[in-house]
Amino acid sequence: MTTTVPRSPAPASLRRRFLRLAAAVTTPLVPDDYLDLVAPLRAGADLRGRIVEVRPETRDAATVVIQPGRDWRGHRPGQYVRLGVDVDGVRQWRAYSVTSAPGRHHDPITITVKAIPGGLVSNHLVRHVRPGTIVQLDQAQGEFVLPATPPARVLLVTAGSGITPVMGMLRSGVLAGSDVTLVHSAPTAADVIFGAELRNLAAAGTVRLVERHTREDGQLSLADLAALVPDHRDRETWACGPVGLIDALTAHWAAAERAGRLHIERFRPTVISPGAGGTVTFGRSGVTVTADGSTPLLEVGETAGVLMPSGCRMGICYGCVLPLRQGAVRDLRNGAFTTAVPGDGVLVQTCVSAAAGPCDLDH
Amino acid sequence: MTVIQRKPVNPIAHLTAEDIAVIGKELDAIRDRVMADLGERDARYIRRLIRTQRSLELGSRAVLLFSLFPPAWIVGTAGLSVAKILENMEIGHNVLHGQWDWMRDPKIHSTTWEWDHVSPADQWKHSHNELHHRYTNVVGKDNDLGYGIMRVDEDQPWHPLHLGQPLWNLLNACFFEYGIAAYDLELGRNLKEGRHRDPEFRARARAVGRKIRRQVLKDYVLHPLLSGPSFLSTLAATFAANLVRNLWSHSVIMCGHFPEGVETFEKTSIEGESRGEWYLRQMLGSANISGSRLLHIMSGNLSHQIEHHLFPDLPSNRYREVVPEVRALFDRYGLTYTTGSLPRQVFSAWKKVIRLSLPNRRPRDRAGDRAAPALTASGA
Ligand code: FES
Repeated sequence: MTTTVPRSPAPASLRRRFLRLAAAVTTPLVPDDYLDLVAPLRAGADLRGRIVEVRPETRDAATVVIQPGRDWRGHRPGQYVRLGVDVDGVRQWRAYSVTSAPGRHHDPITITVKAIPGGLVSNHLVRHVRPGTIVQLDQAQGEFVLPATPPARVLLVTAGSGITPVMGMLRSGVLAGSDVTLVHSAPTAADVIFGAELRNLAAAGTVRLVERHTREDGQLSLADLAALVPDHRDRETWACGPVGLIDALTAHWAAAERAGRLHIERFRPTVISPGAGGTVTFGRSGVTVTADGSTPLLEVGETAGVLMPSGCRMGICYGCVLPLRQGAVRDLRNGAFTTAVPGDGVLVQTCVSAAAGPCDLDH
Repeated sequence: MTVIQRKPVNPIAHLTAEDIAVIGKELDAIRDRVMADLGERDARYIRRLIRTQRSLELGSRAVLLFSLFPPAWIVGTAGLSVAKILENMEIGHNVLHGQWDWMRDPKIHSTTWEWDHVSPADQWKHSHNELHHRYTNVVGKDNDLGYGIMRVDEDQPWHPLHLGQPLWNLLNACFFEYGIAAYDLELGRNLKEGRHRDPEFRARARAVGRKIRRQVLKDYVLHPLLSGPSFLSTLAATFAANLVRNLWSHSVIMCGHFPEGVETFEKTSIEGESRGEWYLRQMLGSANISGSRLLHIMSGNLSHQIEHHLFPDLPSNRYREVVPEVRALFDRYGLTYTTGSLPRQVFSAWKKVIRLSLPNRRPRDRAGDRAAPALTASGA
């Protein structure tokens, strides 16, 4: 039996036919492989961006100006973007809030990065990356955004680089007609990212700024917050900062039965500390088993009855690789650890890798 | 437990089991050190190489649009030949080995790469990475030894058909990529054993057919057509480039395991093989080509076949720098590091092919053979 596919309009099919012909001419590559050499930011390419400028903000933070590719769909203030950066030859993905106001379609965007001690990507972006570098991008995402009609009274609570998504909101001008209070914590005045700009906004009366310098004033407590902003419970609140702060605020707002008014953004918990052994989950097979730190994942899977891809079983053929969705594994040959958080898409050789903590394999 | 051979002189008789274990440890250490050092400069190397290769291919194909003019024909054909050689050898072969997987760039990755070759990447990865590299030079297990069409070892029984093997080898060299595709399919054996109806075999054969169709359509139909009046000359140029690429890769690859001095192993010798013994087999079963930096790149660094077989997933640009350490290890343990210039190694390999097309001059007496000392490593 044949089914008839409705005919698509002529121009589209002509275009498709042209693309098919182009692909036949470049096989086994695709035309994109050649176009990428000259126009990596063109429409239709995988989404990428070119770093235009890196501007220091504080001694350990910098703003990275990125020209996104033609297919960038823009962002809403407060959203973040996932960025794929090659550090020492290895592609690493991280999420950063967009700090620029939504602009016209092809305007550059900015992210602002604080170098975390020992942070591979953040230090690279703050200190080493050069203008002209191409980075990989995902479309902007995240629910930490303002509603279409901004509330009359707003509270923003931020700490450290938690100011970044909020800066995107302030710069967008969406809050122009609202009564806005911003409580921001940083170790010292010099550590306040966008310090000058925030103080200018305060001077102009756009926001009421409460700067908290934790080295002198200590950590912000809920009592402090209540004293600083007595009507805080009546304000629609957006908060972004370290886990401790966010947890405290969440509990406080819940206790006041105002949970619906608190919008939070947690920093991605990326800390995976590798150990020895752990539970291994074969996601698609629906199997979870406990493994020690010396049995190859290939064997772990096979023993648990999972149909595993394999080949040489000695680490040379790459016939056994599976995506590690999340967790840590150890290379049994040299003891090197590989860790992954969702979205990283790291492939590991299961025949020479063992669990180094809970790991989740996409298989 | 060790490599057993039926050769009159056992090249590893002087090694103890501990020696072999230490060799394994030392080689592991070399590998670990280089692996830990991989970074920016390596990534730059492979990206620049890919960019160069693609530009060269594009440029050469553009020149060939005017191949009616002899100078354009010559320049375009030469450029395309080099581009195809780079694509198969230094890029394709090595990417498909997973040498660049550590970069986590999905575009330069063994799981996504497809090459300018009629054998589909996944089939080649199976027969090459899984079988050849695991069973290096084990007669009856490693089909790379003579590709199943030639006699390459005195111990293989002679058959009158072998008289023709110099000719097969020449033909195989000219159409090498097709030979490889047939070999990856294990075409001969599968047909002989009547497996042509087997659904799995048929699916793989269909995949090869599709790949051949696409390659032929591109090289011998579309690009010539694009050249308009230069149709025939472009067709000839592409044929020539494929021929040059095939002859070149066949020569390089023949030098890897065929020249005199390379050892072969018995099937039983690899039962329960330790890591050290596996390494040792790679050391004795491979041969290098000496030459310039350019030769190394053009041969996909398979001129460093010994290093490649020891560390098949080490990025190829690093083989050159581990050579001194590897050689020193050979010297220290009294092993022969087989190497020579390209002409010498090609000659040596061809000589062997021709010599073995005839029956052994003094056919080895099987009983006498068994009476010979048990040629295992001492300490076994
Ligand atoms: S099975 Fe060959 S690398 Fe894992």
